[in-house]
Amino acid sequence: MMGICGVSLPLFIVIYVIAQGLPAINWDFFTSEPAGGLSGDGGISSVIITTLWLVGATLVVTVPLGIGAAIYLAEYARDTWRTEIVRRGVELLAGIPSIVFGLFGLAIFVQVFDLGLSIISGSLTLACLLLPFMIRSTEEAMRSVPRSHREASLALGATRWQMVRSVVLPSALPGIITGIILCAGGAVAESACLYVVMGGSAEMPGTPLDGGRSLAVHIFYLINETNALDKAMATGAVLMVFVLVLNIATRFLSWQYRARVGGKK
Amino acid sequence: MHISRHFVDRVVKHIMLALATLSLLILVLIALYIFREAWPAFKELGLSVFDDKWYPSREAYGIMTMIVGTIVSTTLALFFAVPLSIGCALFLAEVAPPQVAQVARPAVELLVGIPSVVYGMVGVVFLSPIIADISGQGSGSSVLAAGIVLAIMILPTVTSISEDGLRAVPRAYKDASLALGATRWQTIWHVLLPAARSSIVAAVILGLGRAIGETMAMMMVIGNSPQFPHSIFDSARTLTGNIAAEIAHATGLHADVLWACGALLFIMVLGLNTLGILAYRGKIGLPWSRGKSAKGRVS
Amino acid sequence: MRINIHGRWVLLPMVCLLVATLGLIGCNGNTSVAVGGSTTVQPLTEKWRDAYEANHEDIDVTVEGGGSTAGVAGVSDGRFDIGAISRDLKSSEKEQWPELVDHAVAYDGVAIVVHPSNPNGITDITLEEIANIFEQGSTSTWTVVSREEGSGTRETFENRVMGDMEIASSAEFQTSNGAIKQKVANTENAIGYLSLGYVDDSVQAITVDGIECAIATVQDSSYPIARILYLVTWNEPEGEIKDFIDFAKSSEGQQIVEDEGYIAII
Repeated sequence: MMGICGVSLPLFIVIYVIAQGLPAINWDFFTSEPAGGLSGDGGISSVIITTLWLVGATLVVTVPLGIGAAIYLAEYARDTWRTEIVRRGVELLAGIPSIVFGLFGLAIFVQVFDLGLSIISGSLTLACLLLPFMIRSTEEAMRSVPRSHREASLALGATRWQMVRSVVLPSALPGIITGIILCAGGAVAESACLYVVMGGSAEMPGTPLDGGRSLAVHIFYLINETNALDKAMATGAVLMVFVLVLNIATRFLSWQYRARVGGKK
Repeated sequence: MHISRHFVDRVVKHIMLALATLSLLILVLIALYIFREAWPAFKELGLSVFDDKWYPSREAYGIMTMIVGTIVSTTLALFFAVPLSIGCALFLAEVAPPQVAQVARPAVELLVGIPSVVYGMVGVVFLSPIIADISGQGSGSSVLAAGIVLAIMILPTVTSISEDGLRAVPRAYKDASLALGATRWQTIWHVLLPAARSSIVAAVILGLGRAIGETMAMMMVIGNSPQFPHSIFDSARTLTGNIAAEIAHATGLHADVLWACGALLFIMVLGLNTLGILAYRGKIGLPWSRGKSAKGRVS
Repeated sequence: MRINIHGRWVLLPMVCLLVATLGLIGCNGNTSVAVGGSTTVQPLTEKWRDAYEANHEDIDVTVEGGGSTAGVAGVSDGRFDIGAISRDLKSSEKEQWPELVDHAVAYDGVAIVVHPSNPNGITDITLEEIANIFEQGSTSTWTVVSREEGSGTRETFENRVMGDMEIASSAEFQTSNGAIKQKVANTENAIGYLSLGYVDDSVQAITVDGIECAIATVQDSSYPIARILYLVTWNEPEGEIKDFIDFAKSSEGQQIVEDEGYIAII
């Protein structure tokens, strides 16, 4: 009854897109650039490269910042009102719509920092957007390390940092990597802020200061401006396969982690 | 010279503290910027910002139609999504045989990560023509299309979190109820759902937040008409779509009003966030210790 | 299948290496010229870019849309080296940014288009009738499709057709010529305005006051809704920016204009 409906509706969409898109997928699709204009000719090679650069740059910024902040919140922070404010702030940041980050990114990174409509602006904007999620998943991973591990380490005379570095972090690593992968997934799925901050050119980026389209943004342009519905569906299919792969990777890691912790220890 | 490990410890602590406050700093910066840029709009236009007419080239900057557009589309979305999600969550948690649930649950979690442009795309290609035929008017771009697309988009999120909440209800409650002679449905309705209430409310709030913040899919299916929708088949415009469509060419007061739209969105999210905190009060552990909410992103 | 713990440390760097290699595919150190703005001019700038880059290996020209006003805004704040506009520079813009220099590169007409099935059976229309339809907005007879405010095409339309009348808020607003064409081609009772260069079989252009929107009628000014297309720079252009604009105005560039369905600047 309702339950089946609930799952099947989004599932229907996934299947629909993949079915519609599959015919258009071939080697050319991946290796040629979009021809621009109205025809929707060409493929998505430049878009894929732009997306890769974007995700890479975003992770480079988000991961260290996120893990560092999470380490502080999980291990060092005491339960004061100051810490509460930081936590509330992180949570609020997580809910802000992507387009508002786009506004902010446009003002700060594109204009004030003079980075222009570029992949770098896009990745910095995404970093602001994804930071709360990185912090959350890292903190969760760290909190799931049993207290006994920590206490044993401290009892042996380690400083807090030594304990974190050699006991907590390695144990929390699979969870942290899951968080990184989720961040990558979030970056790929984003469209609104990138639409504003990266410009709309569909060309191969020469440097990170060039603008471009990510896969998600490209879908929007294809649907809006061309009648290449098959290409749009195909891009959508590629995007979803990517998300699927990331999701499976996270599951595999979690399963591995549980097997390792459960079995050997 | 040997650097004491305690020194390292303290240095590291301060580095980490700096990184943690960076997050807060970003939030504060965003809030400051938004309100700083939006302020001139409120100052110059006063309450006329909440007028009906949006025609920047003729100096009319009323965003009320956009506010209504956002509210109507998200309300419709909730109307469709909430019963379906809770039903689905119940199904997965209570009714489904374990093998089915084991497959379906990860599937639902996977669906949370689907980019919203994909939903918008299917909305334009598949849904809008159907709505155009049914309504006999227009192109199918309507608040109905927007509501349905949003509903499908937030279904996985709301289902996933509600289901977690339902499964977290102690078995004892269910057993006690059944032992007292209640039927399965009586148990679900009078015991399980109320017990999982805070999770369900939090799930709905999260879904609502995502719906309010949705931009690209809205631009594709709602028609971008700055008018009050008088029927569900009318086209409208959301605050988010307004910002995205106009920011590239807006300067001066026009741009300030777009920031004001951003400020409004910020306030809405702040309000939702507060509601969410209230809903979670009394629950043990941090609101995000579930981990599921890490995947519910808006685009 | 379990990846042994050491295997993990080999797999990860290899994945990173693969991604980095893929990523570096695009990398180069070329000079870049950023062009952006009008979606009307976009097909031209894209073709010019292709031809220009073929002869100048070390220059990358990037082309964006966004609408004419975005083009002007982009040039004024440095995002674009060249702005493309499908209308004249406004006096307010010249006042605010006296450094703007426009270079005419083509002529274009604004066609009034409907769905090919033409359910309302309109083949000819007067300017006044168009204005009335757009002022009334979307009804059961017509679905009105218009551009966003930053559009030079819309500006031209409003100047020549609407005059002081306003486009209704019940119209569906799109952000590019391509989007207008898409919307009109897919909606049976749609009516919209579109750059001549974009008109093809997926939509039907109707005559205005008996005059068809075509290259000849725009050229001899008999078609009432027409405009000049410009490339705009900040101060007089130099170096590769000047080179690109010269190319656009050259006989090769103007041949491209004609091939794309626009009218060459003689």
